[in-house]
Amino acid sequence: MSNAETVLKPMVVSPAREDARPFFDTVHDWIVTVDHKKLGLMYIGYGILFLVIGGIEATIMRIQLAIPNNHFVSPQTFNQLFTMHGTTMVFLVGMPLLFGFANYFVPLMIGARDMAFPRLNAFSFWMSALGGLILYFSFIGGSGLYGAGSAPDVGWFAYAPLTAQAFSPGHSTDYWIIGLLVSGIGSIGTALNIVTTALCMRCPGMTLGRMPLFVWLNLVMSAMVLIVISPLTAAQIMLLIDRYLGGHFFDTQAGGSAVIWMHFFWIFGHPEVYVLIIPGFAFVSEIIPVFSRKPIFGYAIMVAATLSIGFLSLGVWAHHMFTIGMTSYANAFFTASTMAVGVPTGIKIFNWLGTMWGGKIRFTIPMMFCIGFLFQFLIAGLTGIMLSASPFDWQLGNSYFVVAHFHYVLIGGLVFTIFAALYYWYPKVTGRMWNETLGKWHFWLFLIGFHLTFDFMHIPGVLGMPRRIYTYEAGRGWEIWNLIISLGVIFQIIGILFWVVNFLWSYFKGKPAGNDPWDAWTLEWATTSPPPDYNFAKIPAVRSRRPLWDLKHPEDPDWKYE
Amino acid sequence: MAVASVTLNQPEMPLAHELRGRVGMWCLIAAESAIFSIFVVAYLYYAGKSLNGPTPREVLHVPIFNSVCLFSSSFTIVMAERVIAQGKTRLFGIWWLFTIALGTIFILGTAREWYHLIYDEGLTISSSLFGTTFYSLVGLHAFHVIVGLTGLSIIMIFTALGLVKLEHAPRIEVFAMYWHFVDAVWVVVLTVVYFVAR
Repeated sequence: MSNAETVLKPMVVSPAREDARPFFDTVHDWIVTVDHKKLGLMYIGYGILFLVIGGIEATIMRIQLAIPNNHFVSPQTFNQLFTMHGTTMVFLVGMPLLFGFANYFVPLMIGARDMAFPRLNAFSFWMSALGGLILYFSFIGGSGLYGAGSAPDVGWFAYAPLTAQAFSPGHSTDYWIIGLLVSGIGSIGTALNIVTTALCMRCPGMTLGRMPLFVWLNLVMSAMVLIVISPLTAAQIMLLIDRYLGGHFFDTQAGGSAVIWMHFFWIFGHPEVYVLIIPGFAFVSEIIPVFSRKPIFGYAIMVAATLSIGFLSLGVWAHHMFTIGMTSYANAFFTASTMAVGVPTGIKIFNWLGTMWGGKIRFTIPMMFCIGFLFQFLIAGLTGIMLSASPFDWQLGNSYFVVAHFHYVLIGGLVFTIFAALYYWYPKVTGRMWNETLGKWHFWLFLIGFHLTFDFMHIPGVLGMPRRIYTYEAGRGWEIWNLIISLGVIFQIIGILFWVVNFLWSYFKGKPAGNDPWDAWTLEWATTSPPPDYNFAKIPAVRSRRPLWDLKHPEDPDWKYE
Repeated sequence: MAVASVTLNQPEMPLAHELRGRVGMWCLIAAESAIFSIFVVAYLYYAGKSLNGPTPREVLHVPIFNSVCLFSSSFTIVMAERVIAQGKTRLFGIWWLFTIALGTIFILGTAREWYHLIYDEGLTISSSLFGTTFYSLVGLHAFHVIVGLTGLSIIMIFTALGLVKLEHAPRIEVFAMYWHFVDAVWVVVLTVVYFVAR
């Protein structure tokens, strides 16, 4: 034994290995980590990677549609592009980015050292990553023995009977099903973890009424994920049974129903939109108060509005189905319930405005993105109210007006808040400040690009341009609008490039940020930047909603007034 | 007044960390319930819409013995939870073994029922819409029973090795929640499949 040890020892410390070790150790650390901050960053990195891929897919589609009678890509490829673009942006960009922020900041904000289940956290991340890999492997493996195309081309909501074995031969649709099924398991694991963390891991004194709104909103979002992703999982299991075991769930020839797939998909699909936008609200609810130098206006109402959005959103799904012909009662119900969601959402907008009102507003980059969000989300909400009226929807359902509406929500609303969050927390995560000038270029270019693309996208919709068309004839009055829409993409891409350069450059050369560059109030700014592995050397105890304000202003603490 | 000052000096402690296993399991149960709801809705929606036979009335018999076994396993697992909380590991092993036995009887009963339906009645998952919805709903439940049995057996192996002790009682409780959930789902599936939608 001792002989073997003496033989082995020199090998371990040999110089060649010492050189090689740090890099592989780092990689190894990241792969086996159960630390919520590392997993959060991996989620965000994963989301950004697929954001680029999904963005490239969108760009190719816009090149194809820029001019009439274009044949830049084949119709088959075009179908694959819009399917992969939609699926990617919802499942591989939106969810991972938002889970990433929740993972990183929920434990920090509630004064915990990690999530409730660190190993489950790692498992969930790797399941999500595997799901994305499976979906994109379809480009290589999707054609199967039939040579029937590679990537899925059934649209992101994969309506039956297009997904039946007869109409979707090969394996591309199976990759779509299984990829989402697997990443769905990851989503449920992470959601379960966030709910448990927010409920069980709070530091002493952090009552539910003192929890930062960021944590509250992510709690609601995660609770929604639990009951919202599952219907999709169930529907996908049914689809697999249909495709592989000869089942008849969605087979109209044997008494099955194609419409029931629509119901099952949208029972998932519409609440999913709120799952995506509620974390956006969470970012805004942290950033606007800090840069308005005022506590959030109407904290309790904000929580109540979020809960009612979560509740109401479970009963609005069939507004995606007005055009399939439902009974007038169903039309009336889903019109009314959809409009009702507008009420708590409107309350939120007024709360953010109320927070800014009379505040000492600092126009930093995160704040500028938040203000952009407020305007754009309002417009997105208004077109949403228009589309919720079923007679209006019969005219414009499945047109570019709808495409413009939901891109206004998801880019004008969600992506703007994600950028706000990325700028706001970058100093905490890296310990360095970004460059203000580059940030302004990013904001303005992206803003101009966004409005060029998505403001003008409403018009061809009203003029009758249906969504998902491969190309169109000249002389319908759509050409100029489509060209403007496509030109806007260029501005967006240049804006994003400014962001990439800014963040990469600042990572190495940025000014040190210090622990609390924004003079903020929540617990994540109480620890160092970047936070140590254990987050807090001593678990903090809080007495109000703004623990750092109490610390900085012992003469006038918040807890006296709450 | 005195009470108020005490609460300020000793900040209120939120839900104990020890509860996180239960909260997590409740979340999982919520997600699983949503999956089952969709399958139950599909079953009810498609009831009687099959274009060809056999019909449920012709071929389904209420699995009374099976159901009694599964429901009793909830009782035996409660007894197991109770004795492990008192540190009686040997007794725990016995109750645990009973639970596994009852669960296994249920699965074997389902297997026998399916064998009969497939080979004697000609009802398969692809033969009719009824077959599709029946086998997927009952099969989804059976799958959960099998997952539960796997978990029960792993804990049984640990028990046999003498590794399960008093301090594991909370974890046993969390696992038992899952088993109770599987039983509760059977109440719904049994009612829907064998009584409501015949």
